[in-house]
Amino acid sequence: MKAPRFDYVVPRTIPEALSLLEHGAETAKLLAGGQSLVPALNLRLAAPSLLIDLGRISEMRALQRRADGSVIAGAMARHRDFELNPLVRRSLPLVHATMPSVAHVQIRNRGTIGGSLSHADPSAEWPALSVACGATLTLRSAKATRRVAAEDFNLGLYATVLHPDEMLTEIVFPPWPANRRWGFQEVSRRQGDFAIVGVVCVIDMDELGRASAARIVVFGASDRAIPVREAADVLVGRVPSNNVIREAARVVGATVPTRSDIHASAAYRTTLVEVLSRRALQQAFPGLAEVA
Amino acid sequence: MTTGDIGIRVSVNGRLVEAHVSPRLTLADFLREELKLTGTHLGCEHGVCGSCTVLLDGEAVRSCLIFACQADGLSVTTVEGLSPPGELNELQRAFQRHHALQCGFCTPGMLTTATALLRETLRPTAEQVREAISGNICRCTGYKPIVDAILDASQAAHGEKPREQNSHTAGPIGAALSPNIGQPMQRREDVRFLNGSSCYVDDIKRPGMLYAAVVRSAHAHAHIRKINTMEAKAQPGVAAILTFEDIDGWAKPNQIWVKPLPGFERFLQMPLARDRVLYVGEPVAVVVADDRYRAEDAAEQVVVDYEPMDAVVDVHASSTDRVLLHPAQRTNLASRYTVGRGDVDGAFARAAYRRKETFKVHRHSAVPLETRGLVAEWDASSKRMRVWGPTKILFRNRGVLAGMLKVPEDHIEFIHVDVGGSFGVRGEHYPEDFLIPFAAMRLGRPVKWIEDRREHLMATNHSREMQCELEIAVDASGCILALRGRLLVDMGAYVRPNGGVGPSMVLQLMCGPYRILNSSFEMHALMTNKTPVGSYRAPGRYESSFFRERLVDLAAADLGIEPAEFRKRNLIGPDEMPWDAGAFIPGVEPAVYDTGHYPAVMARALREFDYESLAPLRGRMIDGRLHGVGMGCFVESTGGGLAETVRLRIAGPDRIELYTGSSSAGQGHETVMVQILADEMGVHPSQATVFHGSTSFLENGGGSYHSRSVVMGGSAIVLAARKLREQIVALVAARRGLAAHTLRYKAGRIERCADGFPITTLATLAEQAQQDASIRAALEASATFSNDKKLTYTFGTQLAHVAVDPETAAVEVLRFLTVEDVGRMINPAIVHGQTIGASVQGMGATFLDQFMYDEAGQLLTGSFADYLLPTSTDFPHVDAISLEESPSNSNPLGAKGAGEGGMVATAAALSNAVDEALRPLGVTVCELPLSMDNLARWIRQSSAIGEQQSP
Repeated sequence: MKAPRFDYVVPRTIPEALSLLEHGAETAKLLAGGQSLVPALNLRLAAPSLLIDLGRISEMRALQRRADGSVIAGAMARHRDFELNPLVRRSLPLVHATMPSVAHVQIRNRGTIGGSLSHADPSAEWPALSVACGATLTLRSAKATRRVAAEDFNLGLYATVLHPDEMLTEIVFPPWPANRRWGFQEVSRRQGDFAIVGVVCVIDMDELGRASAARIVVFGASDRAIPVREAADVLVGRVPSNNVIREAARVVGATVPTRSDIHASAAYRTTLVEVLSRRALQQAFPGLAEVA
Repeated sequence: MTTGDIGIRVSVNGRLVEAHVSPRLTLADFLREELKLTGTHLGCEHGVCGSCTVLLDGEAVRSCLIFACQADGLSVTTVEGLSPPGELNELQRAFQRHHALQCGFCTPGMLTTATALLRETLRPTAEQVREAISGNICRCTGYKPIVDAILDASQAAHGEKPREQNSHTAGPIGAALSPNIGQPMQRREDVRFLNGSSCYVDDIKRPGMLYAAVVRSAHAHAHIRKINTMEAKAQPGVAAILTFEDIDGWAKPNQIWVKPLPGFERFLQMPLARDRVLYVGEPVAVVVADDRYRAEDAAEQVVVDYEPMDAVVDVHASSTDRVLLHPAQRTNLASRYTVGRGDVDGAFARAAYRRKETFKVHRHSAVPLETRGLVAEWDASSKRMRVWGPTKILFRNRGVLAGMLKVPEDHIEFIHVDVGGSFGVRGEHYPEDFLIPFAAMRLGRPVKWIEDRREHLMATNHSREMQCELEIAVDASGCILALRGRLLVDMGAYVRPNGGVGPSMVLQLMCGPYRILNSSFEMHALMTNKTPVGSYRAPGRYESSFFRERLVDLAAADLGIEPAEFRKRNLIGPDEMPWDAGAFIPGVEPAVYDTGHYPAVMARALREFDYESLAPLRGRMIDGRLHGVGMGCFVESTGGGLAETVRLRIAGPDRIELYTGSSSAGQGHETVMVQILADEMGVHPSQATVFHGSTSFLENGGGSYHSRSVVMGGSAIVLAARKLREQIVALVAARRGLAAHTLRYKAGRIERCADGFPITTLATLAEQAQQDASIRAALEASATFSNDKKLTYTFGTQLAHVAVDPETAAVEVLRFLTVEDVGRMINPAIVHGQTIGASVQGMGATFLDQFMYDEAGQLLTGSFADYLLPTSTDFPHVDAISLEESPSNSNPLGAKGAGEGGMVATAAALSNAVDEALRPLGVTVCELPLSMDNLARWIRQSSAIGEQQSP
């Protein structure tokens, strides 16, 4: 299991990387953390002619909190950076809490947010987190820069809106409101494995204790992370109760299409979607009375 | 843009290294191949197993997923850099103290990962340790000793002095009288595994060595129209490409080594496919090139023109013979026979209760962390072959190879190097065991082949896939009257050398530890277009225990008898020993259980588990989870093979050497054998050295399988030492003109029996031997121990307490316990490690491990992302107690094999526990694995679950 031949180049700046990508677009591959790409190379499931290693573009690894409370992450920020950085714990508590579920420490030491989002594995945590947090992604080519909402980025199984000459350079997480509740639930066959199904929810509360905005995002179930607006609508404007939560979870279960693979049938996934949605919402609102 | 090699500067273990590397060279290969730092191991090359973990700028990373060029300007620490040469650091010493390693293959990755953890987290909890090492797979230890070692090291780092054991002293030979047998002695082999100086087959490099890659069938069933190697041969660095034409006239079909079930001889495999392929992964061609990267490049260019045929992927389709795998045999039924004893029909006719169920065991296998590998070197002038990497049964396999290469057996030397786990699948004669030596002979250059993980999962024996229709008859008093059944075994595409072991042992051990006098079973071994099967740890035991113990539980539930009580009524009693268990394998003598107090061992297990106090939890929902407790009782047959040979030699005034035919795959032979020898010769363990496995040490040897190394190899030490002592006494008596019976040997001294007056010492004799051939001759002795076909039988009970989340189908094993009577322990710490490790393997086998195929016979689980092995966070709560209540009477040590028992009834106990937990939902467990998907399906399908019950 040795990788096929390729050429290798190490740009030092984003424009340099973009220029290389533009010229090699058809057969070049960007190398971020390499924790998905290199196994594919070793298994000879991929055979790019050129690897553009983004590992030496220091500005791409930055992870900063801006004055307005938003967090801006370079695409090469590593999972481990999010796990260990205190500003993430304060500013993006959901993201911080989720990181230990991403693979194992050796993978988190190398794997990056940008690599994970661009790879678009339907069972990975990052696509769901970015959608749940309402993140905005910056995509750059040598010619242009555009920004897309996280939920518009992913087109399906390993497919994104990225053009061949485009690169995800940074991710902006909007400010985390003080009155936001969240939940994260995942079932995988072993700790650290890709999720069979995972559910992330964030709910913003108004002064009267009603949900003013909500996002429930399911991953692992189908070809990509899926925000379930119909379920969010069940919550918004209402005071969360177990009945409301159950109703929302049922809507999620009835809405999200599921796939079968060797680890889980579609029917099992459908069960998990509803169960984990309910549990994620209960996690967001612990201690609710059974009847409200 | 960089084409070609790239210049890098890397600090490796504090030393600045400058090199030019190809972009595709991984950091792991750079360390191993360029810098000769072979302590970093490759277990999967796709970033799952963790064996290749190194520290990159202090962070734990997988060096198989980083290219060397990416490390430019960074610092790398490997296992070799963790401690100064010749020393072990605190963490490494803790690993040795806690027996936190067996085969040692995962150890460097564990150490580097733990090093990073302890730098970051000063006092980690056990949970933090388990989480931190969850990306490092260990197949041997069950993880518990590793967790303990890391916790101990973290405490030691804070001034809490760890305990030291086993101080080593040197001096004249002899002088040690305290017993070594029975001591939890630290393993002497550990140091090389802990500091990276071990030597596995991939660490062997020979001058001018070439590298082989095997081209394997992409189809489950196809005709080969043509193989075009033109393009491949033109690739840079290619030395040769071998196809069937090249081996025709040399290669022969594999031989059946053990359990040649009737009919099997018709379904053997040639090393390369001729005109048909019968499974995905079947060898079709061998590419030999000047490095492994180029060999793989060329292998991709070998064009095989296949004409696909329908594939047979299960035993039912196979049994119709609609599609034949071996058309000349006109059937897919490789073996069919009936075995039994007593009056089965009569027993069923008079039974008060009968129940029949069909049980299924899934396809899985051993999957040791080190894949298979060989280095072969041919010396054309002397017509001699040396092969590094064979294991298990070297003498036997040398004979097989000699027959094919047409050279005398003693022209072939098999050299046993460190082995990264075996568990039954390694070391039989596989196709590559001919192909690689043949390529070396053909090319006149050394050839290395290291199986990669993808190959391993399709080419190394699978195991265990079978289904059994089993029926039980019980009388009104709860005594089992009879068992009868029909076994359908999925053999895969060919019968491998030990393919008969699992199936035949299922029937031999089906009645297990119970007093069942009437039984009859039908065997149907069927060919399918899947990887051939062979034995995997506890072959036939794991499966038969699942079948029997599941049915026993179902019967107990139907009869309203508490499951432990039901078993107690039926266990063979101590006064019934030896127990004739009958002959259930064609051509093999009856199994006779030697010794044992089965009810007492079971009672001990129940007590240790606090079984009675768990009664209120059983079948109950607590905090959203259903609890179940299950047990399995088993008899484990060990100590097989007819003989083992040992040679002892006094090699100097302070040194005794032991040469044994046993071959270690990580179990700790170098320590255990020395413990036996030290006691037999009254010498200090540090004065003894063990040489094992290689064919140059002895004229003949048995090997290591069937948990036999201590029983057979250990007993041979006792005999050889006895002979050596007698020779020494006779020598001294003759030289002094004394009658031999007036002298005795005691702890390195020869003394007068009457008054203990010292005559001379072994050290003196050893010095004199340098000048005197007759003394030399007397200081060497060989002996062969034969068991006269009498095996040893352990008995054990395994218990599991599980909690099942009925909504997610997630199972937590809250506690798992093995209690087994192994007769006599040479090293309790090693026995404990074997049992815990086997238990966790069995738990993984029961819940996780599974080879899956689609209907076209494509293997769907070709990587570690799909074939799931247990990790450190899966089964933390495992305990084992080994007893020495009933020594065997078939060998001088009284020992019984202890390597496999921990696995035998894992599926039995766990499935009984899960079944009990899910019984309120109407689920009956009859099938493995207990995967989440299967459990969820059974829960969905069970009628009892209704809308009103969901919380």
